[in-house]
Amino acid sequence: MFLQQIANALALGSVYALFAIGFTLIFGVLEVITLAHGAVFMVGAFAGLIAVTRFNLGIIPAILTSMLASGLLGFIIDFVAVRPLRKKKYHHLAPMIATIGCATIITSISQGIFGAEAYRFPFDFVPTKSYEIGDIQLTLLQLVIIGISFSLMIMLILLLKRTKWGKAVRAVAENRRTAALLGIPVERVFQITSFTSSALGGAAGVLTGLNFNAIHTYMGGPILHRGIAVIILGGMGDIRGAMAGGLILGFSEIMSVAYISSDFRDAISFGLLFLILLIRPSGIFGKVPERKG
Amino acid sequence: MLKLENIAKDFGGLRVLNGVSFEISEGQIFGLIGPNGAGKTTVFNIISGLLKPSSGRIIFNKSDITNQPPHVVTEQGISRTFQNIRVFEDMSLLENILVGMHRLFSYSSVSMFFDLPKKKKEEKQLREKAMDILSIVHLTEKADLKAGGLSYGEQRKLELARALATEPKLLLIDEPAAGMNPAETEELMNEIKLINKNGYTICLIEHDMKVIMGICGYVAVMNFGEIIAEGSPEEIRKEKLVIEAYLGKDEKSA
Amino acid sequence: MEKFQRGKGNGLTDLITSFWQTYNTLIYTIFVHGMLALSIYITLACGQLSLGNAAFMGIGAYTSALLTMKMNAPFGLSLIAGGMMPAAVALIIGIPTLRLSGVYLAMATLGFGEVVRVAFLNMSITGGSLGLNGVPLKTELWHLVLVIGIFIYFFIRLRDSRFGRILEAINEDEVVASVMGIKTTYFKVWAFTIGAFIAGVAGGLNAHFTFFISPREYGFEPAVDILTFAILGGTRTLWGPLAGSTVLTTLPELFRFLGPYRLAVNGLILLLVVLYLPNGIVSKETFKNIKKIFNGSGCLN
Repeated sequence: MFLQQIANALALGSVYALFAIGFTLIFGVLEVITLAHGAVFMVGAFAGLIAVTRFNLGIIPAILTSMLASGLLGFIIDFVAVRPLRKKKYHHLAPMIATIGCATIITSISQGIFGAEAYRFPFDFVPTKSYEIGDIQLTLLQLVIIGISFSLMIMLILLLKRTKWGKAVRAVAENRRTAALLGIPVERVFQITSFTSSALGGAAGVLTGLNFNAIHTYMGGPILHRGIAVIILGGMGDIRGAMAGGLILGFSEIMSVAYISSDFRDAISFGLLFLILLIRPSGIFGKVPERKG
Repeated sequence: MLKLENIAKDFGGLRVLNGVSFEISEGQIFGLIGPNGAGKTTVFNIISGLLKPSSGRIIFNKSDITNQPPHVVTEQGISRTFQNIRVFEDMSLLENILVGMHRLFSYSSVSMFFDLPKKKKEEKQLREKAMDILSIVHLTEKADLKAGGLSYGEQRKLELARALATEPKLLLIDEPAAGMNPAETEELMNEIKLINKNGYTICLIEHDMKVIMGICGYVAVMNFGEIIAEGSPEEIRKEKLVIEAYLGKDEKSA
Repeated sequence: MEKFQRGKGNGLTDLITSFWQTYNTLIYTIFVHGMLALSIYITLACGQLSLGNAAFMGIGAYTSALLTMKMNAPFGLSLIAGGMMPAAVALIIGIPTLRLSGVYLAMATLGFGEVVRVAFLNMSITGGSLGLNGVPLKTELWHLVLVIGIFIYFFIRLRDSRFGRILEAINEDEVVASVMGIKTTYFKVWAFTIGAFIAGVAGGLNAHFTFFISPREYGFEPAVDILTFAILGGTRTLWGPLAGSTVLTTLPELFRFLGPYRLAVNGLILLLVVLYLPNGIVSKETFKNIKKIFNGSGCLN
């Protein structure tokens, strides 16, 4: 029973991690909390759904389509709402407020188009098979979810570690002024980061849609709350932290539903967030943030 | 009065301060000089509580102020200005000073809400006092203007006045003459001397050697996060290390 | 004008009566939204973003409604309790989060809003998803005028006081404020708590004229609405949020034809104002321009 719950927690948590990793990357590089990340996630889920139902694509092409769509959306949000606020001396909360505006626009338009009902993937899109490993029963769907989210996360980490643009992204995250002086095209790095992070958010949307077999226009809100909890838990801007935080949150939710009550599942993320703010505001791996004089 | 004992500071594995120790005695004008990146401003940030030292102790008037938050350090009697001017731009000059004086206000929120005589009287008295402080830096005429509209030199002076308004015993001044013309610098030197005569101890970071030589009684030289020499301005001028590390280079670049 | 009134006598009375019957809810709502705008204004005035004010309003609404419904508490008392309860909660959330940089409060209050909604949905005393039905109708126009008047008076007094200057200093530069000897966390917590109190009272007043309250009125969307009030109006003066809330409360009547896309207008306003009018529609610059116009005509006379 307990081991089985761990398998479930892994499927849930890996998607949380995938969502949060993009969220934390944008914060680390652009220093903006993009509250539109939930809306991007929702759009990604719908893009994947349309790819499957309209164009009969398989799961991998559908996820790629969704990543392209949500990546573009993320790029547009950055271009329209965040980029202008980088240029002048704006209040530090202005970009965040601008992304709230974007989230509201995107959600409202999607609700206008798709209404409030839940959409589903075609029956047996991912065949209902399951595999037994010892006492644990893993469904094919869970394997797909865990496999895809971890592959994407590992790909991101490799991109950041090994490639030229990955180095550029890390340099900008460290210090954008110095990076600019070194000739790194900072603005381009911001755009690439927004695209990549949002693409990962979109993939997380498709996987969540598969996991619960439901896609609806208001799915962006709950995941955003969880994303926030995860990046505070893991330390803001910390990629390893986002992965660990996502898994921890998935684990806590599954265990609380299994052993306590499902009523307050949605409140667990806040409980964790608040706890971490009380005892270790810099997150599990984070260093204590210092103010600059 | 202020004693730094073996202060070290690491930024993500990079050691920017290494065993910095010095002592400022009461009534002094103490100069802290050194090339860019030597760690002078970091020393100020550590003293004023904005940064925590990685190791070492700071003693001020016999009490340990290491790791105290900034507002406690200010309450103990240390105030400062910033290298990159940081006045409250959207507030008037007078309000800038009044923020500095905020601890002198004692009226309650009830007095505030009902606009009681106690509040009115106190506001009036302290506004007058704020004008006196502004007069030290010759800015009384602009008291009601927005600080953001002042010239560079005037903003520096306003910052100095605002620091004085917290009633410090020790004043940390970070590059006051930066961006000033010779006439303004001259006036500033006189003002600093006057402030010092009125009983304030002063610690000064400065690049302009004329200012250092003109007003400092004692100088410490920093390079690569360490104090490499200290003494009277005349002694420092003769130090070979200093000339190599700082003065020589500075003269070349100037 | 007077002639016109005398001539129309009874007709005008009828007109006013029918106008009031049609629009009294709208007018009540304008007052409540004005208070909510002020509740977020005080946190924005010290550079903090609270996304939990709708939740605070909800806590206030449920607290005061339950007190009048279940305990027969006097209206005034239940309103004050409706303010105190969210203020106490704000203290608990504010102390750990406001030590940190501004984004933490925004994120914590966003999560907190969700928790409050979930709590309302799952507790039996709050009536679950059905909410509370039959809250006594006690709020009258003069209550609203009086309460918002007190709040406005408070903000006016604040402006030229020690507390007001401290909040402004924290807003402009928190680091410098701390070096001036200001316990920044302490004052930020106070501002946040006062904001929660105001939102709670607004919630209490609102509950006692809408007859019915339910969890969905206090979720994320209303929190964004409240933020939009303040941002549209501008947070430099206290009149900004009031103007913003009045405009945005009246406008939906105009935007009704947009149907489900109505909320997108809110988002668009938020975005456009942040990008192009960072000081809002009621800023000192706007006043200066108006003054210029008046002074100009004064010269002509």
